[in-house]
Amino acid sequence: MSVLFTGRARRLGDDIDTDTIIQSRRKRETLDPAELKRYLMEAWDPAFAATVEAGDILVAGRNFGCGSAMEVAVTVVLGAGIRAVVAKSFARTYFRNAINNGLLPVICDTAGIDDGETIEIAAAEDGLRVRGLASGFTAAAEPLPPAVRGIVEAGGLVAYLKRHGDFQTAAPAANTIADQP
Amino acid sequence: MAAARTIAEKILSRAAGTDAAAGETLICAVDAALGTDASGPMAIDHYAPPPTQKAAGHLAAVRAFSAEHGIHLHEIGEGIGHQLIVETGRARPGALVVGADSHAVTYGALNCFGTGIGSSDLAAAMLTSKVWLRVPETIRVVLDGRLGPGVAAKDAALALIGRLGADGAAYKALEFTGPALDTLSMDARFVLANMSMECGAKAGLFPADAATRDYLDGRADGPFAAVEADPDAAYADEVGLDLQALIPQLAKPHLVDNVVPIDAGLGQPADMVYLGTCTGGRAQDFRDALAVLRRAGGPKPGVRLIVTPASKEVHLALLADGTLADFAAMGAIIQTPGCGSCCGTCGSVVADGMTVVSTANRNFKGRMGNPNAEIWLASPETCAMTAARGRIADPREVLA
Ligand code: SF4
Repeated sequence: MSVLFTGRARRLGDDIDTDTIIQSRRKRETLDPAELKRYLMEAWDPAFAATVEAGDILVAGRNFGCGSAMEVAVTVVLGAGIRAVVAKSFARTYFRNAINNGLLPVICDTAGIDDGETIEIAAAEDGLRVRGLASGFTAAAEPLPPAVRGIVEAGGLVAYLKRHGDFQTAAPAANTIADQP
Repeated sequence: MAAARTIAEKILSRAAGTDAAAGETLICAVDAALGTDASGPMAIDHYAPPPTQKAAGHLAAVRAFSAEHGIHLHEIGEGIGHQLIVETGRARPGALVVGADSHAVTYGALNCFGTGIGSSDLAAAMLTSKVWLRVPETIRVVLDGRLGPGVAAKDAALALIGRLGADGAAYKALEFTGPALDTLSMDARFVLANMSMECGAKAGLFPADAATRDYLDGRADGPFAAVEADPDAAYADEVGLDLQALIPQLAKPHLVDNVVPIDAGLGQPADMVYLGTCTGGRAQDFRDALAVLRRAGGPKPGVRLIVTPASKEVHLALLADGTLADFAAMGAIIQTPGCGSCCGTCGSVVADGMTVVSTANRNFKGRMGNPNAEIWLASPETCAMTAARGRIADPREVLA
């Protein structure tokens, strides 16, 4: 078993939507995560962003990242130095944007994780393990689908395609329907 | 012989060139891809027109990128990307069309597997014409009966979301079926498909029938490989909805699944009423709203009534039949076709403490540009009745 991340748990609730993670109106000025990170979780708690330290791990309840498919809701989290989110479940667009940007989404029961405690995410043969170092909390998480594991490992989809040039699993010739004006 | 399959399993199997079942993650070939000015190039809708210097600069970059790569670009005023995808016949039965925006699920109304992806996915799709997708399990939604006067497809969508919850269909597809389909226009189906996203669904799929073919006539060249579910396909769940018994619904702030029957919100004061978006911005929505406003004596002075057609086609249709003239005469503000005030990136914004009642699909805190405002979601008819009274009111008062 190899440890992937160790960091401070930042507890959030259920149904955290992407507008809570980053308000759409903030996109009027910039899409740069380095600038947007100071508005991270603004609608949840305006003071939150200032307390985030690199290496923190977001810990949420159900349906994390629901709402818009906007990718900045993932890149702003990475921009704040957070590399993993542990949640009971994710909205599917957030889950795929996380994978495509190299933010590790971990699905497990998070009820026993306390705010502020140090947790560890480790890779086991059959999936992932999340452990609270002080509380002794442990939970098993599902492994990522084999088809996308390489994408997270590469640090995201763009890096993956730069490395491989194409998806590594075969698909038929594309564009059976041509684009029309 | 292949196992029995749902619509989602069939379309994604075809796109991946394999016989796949729910739960498998596949590399699929896409038939078309949409980007928006909030994700990547192709439709300028979220910042139409751009409200700031920086947003305008961003649009200039979008235009330059599209020109350099020969990508068809829909300009400011042409409309919301999703509406343009369906109007231009790019969403066809049996196709897989991805959009870098969550409401790409709208295309499901045309028996097309439309689903939202991110910007990286869009870049990958433009480079490789492929996307990775997990084949979703499917919830079968059986619609029965017929909508009564003053009750709209939006009410059915809200009722469904209230029942399933904001993540009730997470990672899953909805497949709409049942005797009520024959009574639902394409505009009504777009609403249901569009809002399937709000219970977390990956797709909201309808079968193709005569209404589908009528809609596509003149927009896309057939023949189409319409996809039907096998009778013994495996479903994760089934929910039934009787449209006959349905009454108007509301989603209260700040969650879309905070759904209550209209009685629970009657009398709530409204400062702004918003008609538009990829959910409630099609021609029929405005005509239905206008009919209610006429009967109820027009908007109450002091209520800001905003009309934003989903596209130029919708705008022109409403100009041709006089609907927009009537709205303008009533004092409504007519905004540029596009996303308008839906997500606070352009269009009219309200002050702290104000309440908006909207035909949109989302009411998250701050969604329309001010986190200190409240957003209620309702049908075009309920929104219109609310504009007339200055308080949330039931359109059946003037329609039944
Ligand atoms: S109208 Fe609203 S929900 Fe639809 S694409 Fe535009 S911003 Fe998104």
